[in-house]
Amino acid sequence: MTINRRDFLKISGAGAAAAAFSGCASVSGSAARPHVVVVGAGFGGATCAKYLRKWGPDIDVTLIEPNDKFVSCPLSNWVLGGLRNMDDITHGYDRLPGHGIKMVKDYVVAIDVDKRVVKTQGGASIGYDRLVLAPGIEILTDTVRGFKEAEAAGKVVHAWKAGPQTAHLRKQLEAMPDGGTFVMSVPAAPYRCPPGPYERACMVAHYLKQAKPKSKIILLDGNPDIVSKKPLFMDAWNTFYPGMVDYRPNNAPLAVDGGKMTVSTEFDDVKGDVLNVVPKQRAGAVCDLVGARNDSNKAWCTVNLATFESTAAPNVHIIGDSVLSNLPKSGHMATNHAKVCAAAIVELLAGRQPDPIPVVANTCYSATSGSTSGYVANVFRYEAGKGYVSAPEGGATPKGDELNFTYNESWAKNIWAEVLS
Amino acid sequence: MNRKTTLVLAGFVGLAVSGLASAADMHTQSIASTCMSCHGPGGKSQGAIPSLAGLEKDYFVKSMKDFKAGTRAASIMKRHANGYTDAEVEAMAAYFASLK
Ligand SMILES: Cc1cc2nc3c(=O)[nH]c(=O)nc-3n(C[C@H](O)[C@H](O)[C@H](O)COP(=O)(O)OP(=O)(O)OC[C@H]3O[C@@H](n4cnc5c(N)ncnc54)[C@H](O)[C@@H]3O)c2cc1C
Repeated sequence: MTINRRDFLKISGAGAAAAAFSGCASVSGSAARPHVVVVGAGFGGATCAKYLRKWGPDIDVTLIEPNDKFVSCPLSNWVLGGLRNMDDITHGYDRLPGHGIKMVKDYVVAIDVDKRVVKTQGGASIGYDRLVLAPGIEILTDTVRGFKEAEAAGKVVHAWKAGPQTAHLRKQLEAMPDGGTFVMSVPAAPYRCPPGPYERACMVAHYLKQAKPKSKIILLDGNPDIVSKKPLFMDAWNTFYPGMVDYRPNNAPLAVDGGKMTVSTEFDDVKGDVLNVVPKQRAGAVCDLVGARNDSNKAWCTVNLATFESTAAPNVHIIGDSVLSNLPKSGHMATNHAKVCAAAIVELLAGRQPDPIPVVANTCYSATSGSTSGYVANVFRYEAGKGYVSAPEGGATPKGDELNFTYNESWAKNIWAEVLS
Repeated sequence: MNRKTTLVLAGFVGLAVSGLASAADMHTQSIASTCMSCHGPGGKSQGAIPSLAGLEKDYFVKSMKDFKAGTRAASIMKRHANGYTDAEVEAMAAYFASLK
């Protein structure tokens, strides 16, 4: 398809000079235009591609994504609760090319960091001056014995990537008898969306309260306590769903049996009618292609947090859930990584110093019922040598309310528009 | 207005004229863009969250000051307002006032 960077350099005969001064080489044909390739059109990648074009109109941007549609994890718990359907959380990519982004429907399978080329499953070689990896998470299905088999048999899903598994879990809940038990497991942190499991418990409880009021929820938490917004969720469980949610801390799932319909912890085998096991996670597989999963567990990627450039691979930036930091793994935060990263790349390609004091913010709403939500919000300022430092007054609401539910709905519409249009 | 703000604003005026990003205003554009994850692309919101595009600069500055001080009731904005310096608020106010 496109001329790759190496070939372009050969053709132009400018190899050495271009390699020495990144920003000179291009795959687009006009030698002056730098080329940035972004891998993954989720919250982080799509936003980064858009802002690269906005702030760097002279930069060519290629965005590689295998999926036809963007299915949002935010509000996917609302689908389980019956507040939204799959169509409501599914959006097209059709407005991104309007920003001058070249969309490539493909999956990256190899990266040559020295030659600065990515290779796709479809056989394309695409050269870059700078590369952005925004692949989200890989779910470690091997860490829970029996999960893969139960998943393949359609018995147990994680639904921690929104899509067919979300719809499947909703169907399982609809088919569950009144008086049945929904068992959900939460992985040890860090995982995608700290409050997500507890919001899910609220949304499932909301549905069961109306449709199957004799049912129970058992929440097996691999953590010693509720990881995020504890007062908010405890208040919701006690107020709206008294007696329905059985919360068990320090109950990491070790095995799942889709035949017997049990989740086993180190203490006991917990039986349920619907099992929702969320295994541990790590940075998306594409990060491993450049050795960027370089934290002490070889799970997440360490980056220069002022530019999001990988500490393992030069000219490769990593944003979103794949990054190891004190910042929460949220879609909102991924859009903020994306903006800081885009700004840094624009400056670097222009030979300027990136903003030394970037600021990012997180806002994460969680619904606690069909008409109430609460939030956690923080601003983080970068300080050299320290990373992102949380500004004073950040924090979470202790109680959900109707006003925040309307803001939650508005937030979803606005962030989808911010990412995709 | 302190020197830093003036520099940021000077950069911003440059942007408005040329339509291109310049080094001086990148910080302002970057922090203003973080608002857009809630307030919508270009500061144009759908639904209950207010739009920021085209807000009067003084109104924006006063709102943020009042959120910070706690003299204006807010659900979430006190937590955000506290994260920005006065100079940054001024610069963001000028930026959003310029958006249509
Ligand atoms: C149930 C649930 C509820 C949530 N609720 C909220 C919420 O209310 N608010 C919030 O802010 N966040 C929420 N989140 C978290 C949010 O979904 C994630 O933090 C966010 O999706 C991370 O963005 P990302 O860009 O890192 O990854 P993603 O959005 O997952 O995007 C990654 C993209 O990369 C693509 N990709 C992967 N590998 C390749 C490859 N090799 N080549 C090409 N493309 C590739 C994938 O197809 C995907 O489209 C929730 C998550 C869950 C599970």
